Amino acid sequence: MEDLYARLMQDIRFDEGLNACMNCGICTGICPAAEYYHYDPRRVVDLVQTRNNQIIRELLKSETIWYCGQCMSCKTRCPRGNTPGLVIMALRKLSQELGYFTESEKGRQQFALKRTVGDNVLKHGYCVVSYDVDPEAHPEQGPAWEHYYNHLDDSLARLGGELNGKEGPTRRISDDVLNELKSIFEVTGGKDLYDAIETASEKKAGEMGLEFKKEGRDFEYFRHVVTADNGCHQSEPEDVRKDLYETRR
Amino acid sequence: MKPEGKKRIWAEYQKEIPDDHFFYVRSCIRQTFFAGSEQCFLKIMRDDLGKDVFEDPRHTTCTGIGYHGDIVPFETIQTVVARHFALATEAGYKNIAISCVTSFGIYTEILETWKHFPETLERTREDLYRATGRTFEIPETISHASDIIYKFRDQIARKAKYNLVDISTGKPLKVVEHIGCHYSKMFPKSGIGGAEFPHVLVGMVEAWGGDIIDYPERRHCCGFGFRQYLVQANRGYSISASRKKFESMEPYQPDLIIGNCPGCAMFMDRWQYTIKEMDGITYGKNGQGIPVLTYEELAGLVMGYNPWELGLQYHNVQSMPLLRRMGIKADPAERFLAKDGTRLPEPANLINE
Repeated sequence: MEDLYARLMQDIRFDEGLNACMNCGICTGICPAAEYYHYDPRRVVDLVQTRNNQIIRELLKSETIWYCGQCMSCKTRCPRGNTPGLVIMALRKLSQELGYFTESEKGRQQFALKRTVGDNVLKHGYCVVSYDVDPEAHPEQGPAWEHYYNHLDDSLARLGGELNGKEGPTRRISDDVLNELKSIFEVTGGKDLYDAIETASEKKAGEMGLEFKKEGRDFEYFRHVVTADNGCHQSEPEDVRKDLYETRR
Repeated sequence: MKPEGKKRIWAEYQKEIPDDHFFYVRSCIRQTFFAGSEQCFLKIMRDDLGKDVFEDPRHTTCTGIGYHGDIVPFETIQTVVARHFALATEAGYKNIAISCVTSFGIYTEILETWKHFPETLERTREDLYRATGRTFEIPETISHASDIIYKFRDQIARKAKYNLVDISTGKPLKVVEHIGCHYSKMFPKSGIGGAEFPHVLVGMVEAWGGDIIDYPERRHCCGFGFRQYLVQANRGYSISASRKKFESMEPYQPDLIIGNCPGCAMFMDRWQYTIKEMDGITYGKNGQGIPVLTYEELAGLVMGYNPWELGLQYHNVQSMPLLRRMGIKADPAERFLAKDGTRLPEPANLINE
């Protein structure tokens, strides 16, 4: 089996985020994700520092590593200066590089993030754009946003902006600049990660018998990954927990 | 304790904020949801305080939401940020002013990484040059835009047309301040007051006449959680965290909430609407919602700016009760206007109508 711990050590965030955890659990005490999900960052760090590749592989395939919200409150509180949130970021990156992320319901959501935020970055030069926050998909944005969205030009003009203008808020990012961004993604591995997410997701869609398209969001697999909820995330599914414990023994 | 001892202890919580000449970088979320806030910051800085703030339209997203959504590698975001530094270098600026707290955390993380792992800086320089032909100098200072308003809070107070005081009682308004997690939880020295005693918003509120509420969940995350909000199936995480905060602050009857993070301010407004729709619950005085303002909007109100040009009408929780308390005269019928000045149909179901 590949040395997954060595792969993690290549990620500078892992090196920085994990020194020697004494398992005090203060990270879990402060963690908003641990309040909401069946999630225990102390246990994740404990499992990783066993350096057992079987355990790490199970983690990479698990729901567990996708529960963190990266608020990084754990960084502030850890008496050893560890950052479980950074360890999680390294685990998630490796899970996507190896295609393991499609083995969990929460992991499969990475495809949705790539097709929304990821595509926005390279198409528009922004992570979020107003014309993409459709009130129908975002009922929580409420009546104020629906009004703003339906009268974007008028609303922005009132606030001193112009949609796709030359400068100021929500200005259009020129093709030259977008090409620079694309080039940065190609040189630094950003495009490779996008491609890895796409390739593994298409394969998974095939295995699940769900329609998949190379572009956009209007197809079965996309709709499935953004809405699927097996109802077990507040109490970790029995099989994952059993696997982790048995592997450790 | 001797004064010099106290001084030494608090020295760790200070931060150098430059006086002038800033290279301003906008925020994806701020410009999308609170475009008026960014414009207000620039107007206060340039027109009211006479400062030099430069913008380059070639500045893009830092890709921070993608980075914390785990679809953008660290090497990629380092190089995107290095490109921003290159634009600042080309324009001759050494002080970066950052609108977004996520970006601020990322810029700080990257500078710390380059300091501790110099090989990452060298690699980033090579990657940027290979991708764009650009080179850059590391900026001398990194400030969040709220740091800068904090620095000039007393000057703003001296020019104030309104104070954070209830004109009917003469008592200070009670304010909840919410600091975005990535402002100083990751790198405490990067924020005024560190992670334990963040003073950036407290300083503004107190300088402008208000009182701060210290409530149990003051430092709890708003719940954005990146993938936890962005993916529909996960939004229960996000709303639960905000709800925990609302329930914790409710007994103190706040007049308003202010935030320094674009996302936090947006979510704490949106989730109040959602909770009211789902459960019929509101958390403010007299069954009302608690208006959530950005610190730029609050500074603008204090300076006497038109609330509807700041964009307060584009919050689900409307601010008329707050404006009345502060003695600000604003016509609610003027909120929703088209470019030509004609009235647009008003949205239904806003809170505090």
